[in-house]
Amino acid sequence: MATPHTGTTPSTSEPDVQHAPSAWRSVGRVLATLWDNRKARVGLVLLAFFLLLALVGPLLAPYGAKDNTFPRSQDAGTAHWLGTTAAGEDVLSQLVHGARTSVLVGFTAGLLATAVAVLIGLSWGYTRGWVAEVIGFVVNLFLVVPALPFMIVIAAYLQNGGVAVIVAVIVITGWAWGARVLRSQTQSLRSRDFVEAARFSGDSAPRIVFREILPNMTSLIAGSFFGAATAAILAEAGLEFLGLGDTSVVSWGTMIYWAQNSSALLTGQWALLFAPGLCIALLALSLTLVNFGVDAVSNPRLREGSRARKADR
Amino acid sequence: MLGRLGLFVLTLWAAVTVNFVLPRLMPGTPADAAVAKLAQNGPVSEATRAAIEAQLGVPDGNLLAQYGSYLRQVATLDFGVSYTFYPQTVSSMVSQALPYTLLLVGLVTVLAFVLGTLVGVLSAWKRGTWLDALPTLSGSFLSTFPYFWTALLLLFFLGFVLHWFPTTGAYSATTTPGFTLAFLGDALAHAALPAITILLTSLGGWILGMRNAMINTLGDDYVTFAEANGLRGRTVALRYAARNAILPNLTGFGLSLGGVVGGSVLVEQVFGYPGIGYLLFNAVIGQDYPLMQALFLMITVSVLVANFLVDVLYGLLDPRTRR
Repeated sequence: MATPHTGTTPSTSEPDVQHAPSAWRSVGRVLATLWDNRKARVGLVLLAFFLLLALVGPLLAPYGAKDNTFPRSQDAGTAHWLGTTAAGEDVLSQLVHGARTSVLVGFTAGLLATAVAVLIGLSWGYTRGWVAEVIGFVVNLFLVVPALPFMIVIAAYLQNGGVAVIVAVIVITGWAWGARVLRSQTQSLRSRDFVEAARFSGDSAPRIVFREILPNMTSLIAGSFFGAATAAILAEAGLEFLGLGDTSVVSWGTMIYWAQNSSALLTGQWALLFAPGLCIALLALSLTLVNFGVDAVSNPRLREGSRARKADR
Repeated sequence: MLGRLGLFVLTLWAAVTVNFVLPRLMPGTPADAAVAKLAQNGPVSEATRAAIEAQLGVPDGNLLAQYGSYLRQVATLDFGVSYTFYPQTVSSMVSQALPYTLLLVGLVTVLAFVLGTLVGVLSAWKRGTWLDALPTLSGSFLSTFPYFWTALLLLFFLGFVLHWFPTTGAYSATTTPGFTLAFLGDALAHAALPAITILLTSLGGWILGMRNAMINTLGDDYVTFAEANGLRGRTVALRYAARNAILPNLTGFGLSLGGVVGGSVLVEQVFGYPGIGYLLFNAVIGQDYPLMQALFLMITVSVLVANFLVDVLYGLLDPRTRR
């Protein structure tokens, strides 16, 4: 990547940053700019819906997720809005219950991958010499190793490990991109005045990196998080679909796996495939939309509306 | 140039070594897995176990000796015999599957990159109009679809309902592979659905990447200067802005070109397309470790080589990277 981000919002709007801005203030500012962006607003609303569903879903579901006492392979009707599976479970109930797995895996894996990316990206950007070279080599290695085959191979070795293995696999393959983005930003912040000032007042390197530099990268870190979470949700669904996850868990991915296993397409029960896939797509879409807004925060040229034109000229 | 080559060789060595270390870090051995599979049908005697271990080739010697013989195998492209398709060799299976994947996914990836980049330039240039909104919105919408889900939908509607395309395999059972017109047409028809899937799901990324990079360069001073000099809009967009904006997309192209071989697992699995991805999936399901290891190595190496080539190309296009 060339370095399109010349600075985050706080440092460009206030040229004489002496102290790192308080973390809460920059989070607030990021949220406000996000809400200004039309796409991000749609994304936030959609995301809130899925988070709520994951939280209270089991209370809303008409039946239990594994309750298989219903007639098998029924079409959609009044008793079962989306029909039943080949094993006699209510599709709508599975859909509502399944939200929890996708949201949980997506956010946990996204959060962990971002944490690793921050830790490695910032140290990589701040240090010089052979340490940086070694880190760079490792990051590039992880960057070029093809993620999906790598995930499949690891998941295959650790068969039946369940959701935890899926999360681990996604984190292992998903942190490198964020680390590279955060590194270039760290490099550009390293020579700013407030960092120099901290260095001369004798602060330790970890303190400078995490207390002075880190708070200036809120929007970039948020961006890596949303990117990593989107990738994690899609990766989880893909692994589950291939039957490499825990097939006894009810999630959107395993729903498609079982639907495919019982040839739901051939029997014309396409709601079984369509509904969970649409949910995965919408959840991923909500995160992508929010990320549009985050991009606009860190890059004023991408901003919409009245503010954008001002920033452009 | 020499430094880049050195780094490439070093990365290659690291990837080959990861492929060696990975199975040894994981719990259990292939023989354990095979015995466990047999044990489902009844108790397994010690003699059977010994026979399985002998057949699967239990690693002998210390780790260093194993590593030596592994490196020799890699150098001579001898990956042994497949467990699930015994007695076929891994190399012959890979060389059978490779052309299908290369032709299908390779061509589609190039097509998606070219098409997406052009649309990206256009939407950045026409920013704020429907020519911008339509491709960016539909592109980002389509790229959040799970790969396999798009594949299943196309399979259902275009395959089963409308009967426009064949739904499985790389060619019909009635045609014999060869350079005949009948076979090529048949193979094209079978490749259509997977190709459409890959195109639909990957186009959005190229459009967005190019559009955002383009918007960045359009705000740069040299573009303003070129405009102020009265150069034609198209000249400014293509010769000045797009030339610089394409560089990040080019890096992504390198990554995805290498990913061609491996990224097709889901699509090939849905359409039963007998390429590398399909082979990898079957190797994993059958716990065919030699096949799995060879495929993973091949995928990784192709990514590395593609990246190296793009890296060199990047250097030619962007003088700033030459020092």
